Amino acid sequence: MKLDSKVPSGPLETKWERHKFDVKLVNPANKRKFKVIVVGSGLAGGSAAATLAELGYEVDCFCFQDSPRRAHSIAAQGGINAAKNYQNDGDSVYRLFYDTIKGGDFRSREANVYRLAQVSENIIDQCVAQGVPFAREYGGHLANRSFGGAQVSRTFYARGQTGQQLLLGAYSALSQQIGRGQVKMHTRTEMLDVVLVDGKARGIVVRDLVSGKIESHSAHAVILATGGYSPVFFLSTNAVNCNVTATYRAYKKGAAFANPCYTQIHPTCIPVSGDHQSKLTLMSESLRNDGRIWVPKAGDDKRAAKDIPEDQRDYYLERKYPSFGNLAPRDIASRSAKEACDAGLGVGDSKRGVYLDFADSINRLGEQAISQRYGNLFHMYQKITGENPYQSPMRIYPAPHYTMGGLWVDYNLMSTIPGLFVLGEANFSDHGANRLGASALMQGLADGYFVIPYTIGQYFASEFLPLVGTDHEEFKKAEGDVTDNLQRLLNVNGSRSSMSIHRELGTLMFDKCGMARNEEGLKDTLKKIPEIRDEFWNNVKVPGDSQCFNQALEQAARVADFLEFAELLCRDALARDESCGGHFREEHQTEDGEAKRNDEDFAHVAAWEYQGEDKEPVRHVEPLEFENVKLSTRSYK
Amino acid sequence: MDFKLHVWRQKDRNSEGRMLSTKVEGISPDTSFLEMLDILNQRLIEEGDEPIAFDNDCREGICGMCSLVINGVPHGPERGVTACQLHMRSFQSGQDIYIEPWRAKAFPVVRDLSVDRGSFDRIMAAGGFASVRTGGAPDANAVPIAKEQADLAFDAAACIGCGACVASCKNASAMLFVGAKVSQFLHLPQGEPERKRRVLKMVDQMDEEGFGNCTNTYDCEGVCPKEIKVRVIAEMNREYLRASLSHDET
Repeated sequence: MKLDSKVPSGPLETKWERHKFDVKLVNPANKRKFKVIVVGSGLAGGSAAATLAELGYEVDCFCFQDSPRRAHSIAAQGGINAAKNYQNDGDSVYRLFYDTIKGGDFRSREANVYRLAQVSENIIDQCVAQGVPFAREYGGHLANRSFGGAQVSRTFYARGQTGQQLLLGAYSALSQQIGRGQVKMHTRTEMLDVVLVDGKARGIVVRDLVSGKIESHSAHAVILATGGYSPVFFLSTNAVNCNVTATYRAYKKGAAFANPCYTQIHPTCIPVSGDHQSKLTLMSESLRNDGRIWVPKAGDDKRAAKDIPEDQRDYYLERKYPSFGNLAPRDIASRSAKEACDAGLGVGDSKRGVYLDFADSINRLGEQAISQRYGNLFHMYQKITGENPYQSPMRIYPAPHYTMGGLWVDYNLMSTIPGLFVLGEANFSDHGANRLGASALMQGLADGYFVIPYTIGQYFASEFLPLVGTDHEEFKKAEGDVTDNLQRLLNVNGSRSSMSIHRELGTLMFDKCGMARNEEGLKDTLKKIPEIRDEFWNNVKVPGDSQCFNQALEQAARVADFLEFAELLCRDALARDESCGGHFREEHQTEDGEAKRNDEDFAHVAAWEYQGEDKEPVRHVEPLEFENVKLSTRSYK
Repeated sequence: MDFKLHVWRQKDRNSEGRMLSTKVEGISPDTSFLEMLDILNQRLIEEGDEPIAFDNDCREGICGMCSLVINGVPHGPERGVTACQLHMRSFQSGQDIYIEPWRAKAFPVVRDLSVDRGSFDRIMAAGGFASVRTGGAPDANAVPIAKEQADLAFDAAACIGCGACVASCKNASAMLFVGAKVSQFLHLPQGEPERKRRVLKMVDQMDEEGFGNCTNTYDCEGVCPKEIKVRVIAEMNREYLRASLSHDET
């Protein structure tokens, strides 16, 4: 397998401009002859489907939820970055590019990140034109806030519901195209396989979740925008139905999976409260603008937070990283919280928590100002914990949140399977080993609105392939495989729910392959995962049949894929014998506990190629070339 | 905590449904309502029974997927939250809890507690957008919008499309949902060019889907998890009247 990034040559600043001119165009009259499948309707999928339809392509869009508006992008709280420099505080495309490269610990492609920073400005314009109600100043202009890993205010927001408002913007554009008949929307329909004919992606096999019917759809190109895989840890900030199935099945069909070990543990989530829990709730990073993080200096301090005097508190982020303070990037803030709790300084019943304290800000700005900024988050916190964060500090702890790894794509966002494109969190491309806050929304919309509409044309113009009928033998074979797989799940007829096995996998993964990893733990985990998988295939119980709405069957099929994918994740974490960003190998740290990269051996993308069942996948390497940025130790001190 | 649950079970859209009773025991008060159903479902699965189907996804009150009528109230007894944000500490141990799906002609039952809300999507496709081509937008700060107007637009835009308003309404009216979208655009200059067409098309589609009309009982406002105010219905009615009298398109 050859990993050709297809990054255009020439100066960084003009690569995208020139590439847009160089790509072949599809004549407007010909666009309607091309059919595109978009799987997923979040920011990346929704914006891509709407924009491609607007250009004249015939689009089929799929989501497993009951409406495209419910994709998990909706849950993003804090904001979206853009290099607008409306605050006049020294922001620029280059600074956003640099912050993102550095934030990703120098493990992403320069050209992709620069393009992302360039189109960030268009995204805000586009969203405002759609009627997205961003926060505004009294003068009527857009407001900004700060986010982790940046010293400028470049984050646009809509209270604590930025993802929702951006997704509703994309959904409204998509709805318009659905109304025009240019997009055919398939809700409650889950993709279960990609179909290749002569090595090219030519369609997908799906299950209609209501009728249970297995169906094939054929197209000239397939776009996956199916999100990340954090629920491999069972408890995460993701929606409970987020899954790796679409990307993992594409991997099994030959798409390389890049950097699966790059997972992001978000520092500010509500701590776990018991074993009944099904998900963890994120408290937006924006809270770190006005909240101060601390733990008591003495372990086992039983006093209420407000009774602990200032000199007996350790504001550890402010102490360790004076220039970024509470706005240190996510991986660093998460690890610091873990360190504090490992040292026995944690707070709350479980002792796995640290304080996020707003008392100073409330004194300085007043309760009303804080309520205007974060009212809905405070409300959410109170509902979940039964505690009032205006009166006592929040307790927070890190939780799996975002996955930087994903299917490998080239500069055109095409995977190693010709005709299979991957957008948003589902690909690996822009965030390196750690994503900065407010950059996921930016990337999803950049890919969907401003990148794929150009680059997909290049693929169509290069070779015209007639549509393959869904009666083609490859479709029939894929349908057969999907049907057999579901039947296999139903046939096990054991005694455990798939959820209980998923929880077991997740606990193991978070423990051994979460915030900190080491060789011994990873090797041990690689032995244990097959055991859990065996338990699953011998003892799972899936009631009912496949010919109806059967949520237990949907869940079991997703867990089955997580049980295979978890192994790939650990394998990648073991092979990457360095620490970088969210991937922290305990063997590789500086004296003061910071991640220690090994640029000589690991300044590359690792992309895994599937070899078949019970065979070890092959690790391929795409070297990362830094022509503009000097590799340096990532310091936020 | 222990509860006696009475749950609506219905095989599919065309079957008849009925309430079935069961018990759950030893539930922690910190368990969310949906996690309580997870615990029950795991038990049902392990006993070889079919679990209760219910829609849910984000479990933090923003995706709008969950749709349970709990003891007669959409999203249950707490105000300003969805069912997924409800915790068992809001109930008394030993209590009877009745769980039903949204009930409305325009929301047919898919299975058990899960309903089809495709009608909402069709209303949105009829006019719930501002037509703008990707890439053709002016600079975001080119048109200042007064903060008060932007805030009003936001208050309406907070709608998560869950359908609790319809489920609570004796007329199964969707006017809070439609009004919220009309109101969002009404307070933004970007909504102006399609102002009349939007309200007419959305209301027409709403009627076609079989939703009823508003008779001012305000139950919708009371159950809305995002606390959307009925002023959006007044705004929609005014916009509809204005557009009907002055629309110059055929």
